[in-house]
Amino acid sequence: MTLAELICPAGTPAALRTAVEAGADAVYCGFQNATNARNFPGLNFTPDELAEAVAHAHRHGTKVLLALNTYPPAGKFDLWRDAADLGARLGVDAMIVADMGVADYIARHHPQMRLHLSVQAAASSPEAIRYYCEHFGVKRVVLPRILTIPEIRQIRTEIPCEIETFIFGNHGLMVEGRCSLTNYLTGQSTNMDGVCSPASDVEYIRSADGSMASRLAGFTIDTFGPQEMAGYPTICKGRYIAPSQPDGYYAFEEPVSLNLSRLLPELIDAGVHAFKIEGRQRSKSYVRNVVRAFRQAVDDIRAGRHANMADLIALTEGQKQTQGAFETKKWR
Amino acid sequence: MSFAATPVSAPKIGGKLASRLACVIVQPILTRLVHKIAHQHPSLFARLGGHQATDYLIDPVDLPFALHLRPDPTALILRAVPRDTPPQANAVIRGRFMLLLELVDSETDGDAAFFSRALDISGDTEAVVRLRNALDDMDGSVVEETANMFGPAGRAILARLRRSYAQGAKGFGAR
Repeated sequence: MTLAELICPAGTPAALRTAVEAGADAVYCGFQNATNARNFPGLNFTPDELAEAVAHAHRHGTKVLLALNTYPPAGKFDLWRDAADLGARLGVDAMIVADMGVADYIARHHPQMRLHLSVQAAASSPEAIRYYCEHFGVKRVVLPRILTIPEIRQIRTEIPCEIETFIFGNHGLMVEGRCSLTNYLTGQSTNMDGVCSPASDVEYIRSADGSMASRLAGFTIDTFGPQEMAGYPTICKGRYIAPSQPDGYYAFEEPVSLNLSRLLPELIDAGVHAFKIEGRQRSKSYVRNVVRAFRQAVDDIRAGRHANMADLIALTEGQKQTQGAFETKKWR
Repeated sequence: MSFAATPVSAPKIGGKLASRLACVIVQPILTRLVHKIAHQHPSLFARLGGHQATDYLIDPVDLPFALHLRPDPTALILRAVPRDTPPQANAVIRGRFMLLLELVDSETDGDAAFFSRALDISGDTEAVVRLRNALDDMDGSVVEETANMFGPAGRAILARLRRSYAQGAKGFGAR
């Protein structure tokens, strides 16, 4: 049985302390700039905050993973280089990278630093994963959410590094690191600016009948009825009218969250080393409840007990959850 | 962008008077509260960035007044305003009073409240996101600190409000 480490999100120092207290084995976080894929207003860590956070986490036996998982545009590499140097100086336990240039820089200049390959790298084949391991010394891959458990089990036998899979949280379009949908409307890139659907471009319009339209850069991407659950204002979760779909339909993905709580034993058996909880943009309340629930479940499984998971449906997007491609390739 | 919040319902004459009276009564408490929070949690202003000068209208739909917040550390404003004549605001946050208190203390997740439609936001979304993240980085309970300002009576009122909200939430199902 693998250790099944629990990798938990933190958007603020308070969220990091909450995750540590709730039982995280490791917490992942980022700086307040485009070097990470949750570059949201008011979120993330200053260098001083990260230094304190690392010290706090280490005092409690928890690791800190620094997300440097965006792609530097040509001529702007300095920001990523400086963030890597700073993270190494502050003593983070690993860096999560997507870009080969960033991986190469860290491998050359900080050879002792442990590298994890971000889901943003979209490495889903043994060949791709081995490439990162052989050339940059990657020690763990975060798999894209497109693989079934039998496929994960097979990949595990063909790669020389650990596997991390998402188990809870946002379930977007499953081409991480390749999605450019938000660029078309906002001019900002998820992959290079670190923000999908920038809040400055989002607007919610309430109608007299209680319905609510969500708009991105002036375009309506969904309208929720008065009693209908809402979702994130991302293009991939938008509901669109087409000639064959006059009432509107979810062309890419529905407002829904991933929840693999029932598949944890199978994932552990398949050789997954670490479980990732999505949600650096979420609150301490989310972190506290989700981390506690999965901490209990993982501990139960490792002790040979039946995992009795708390109900997390209230925290899911649209109050809907799925096992996605982990359960079947027929998902979407 | 600046706009007036839509009143949820038009109060009657007696309601208007009661609303104004309530504003006068709670104002000293609000002033004391906001300065106490600013003193104890100075780091929250950094997370607000350029939105320190933003005018927020916080609208607890089950109270007879709304709140106008401008989180400018040099000129803090938190004032009760009549709900039928709300001020111009850049962003509006609307929900039941206890839900809003729970969000301040991160006892409830803001995204989940938004998904369930219990929380309504309009206007400048970035301003709302920044305020949410700034508040979420505060340790401790602002609500309990506020109740403690008024001793046993304050704590008793808070306990009663929480019981009432919990019963109301059951009635509202998922909301």
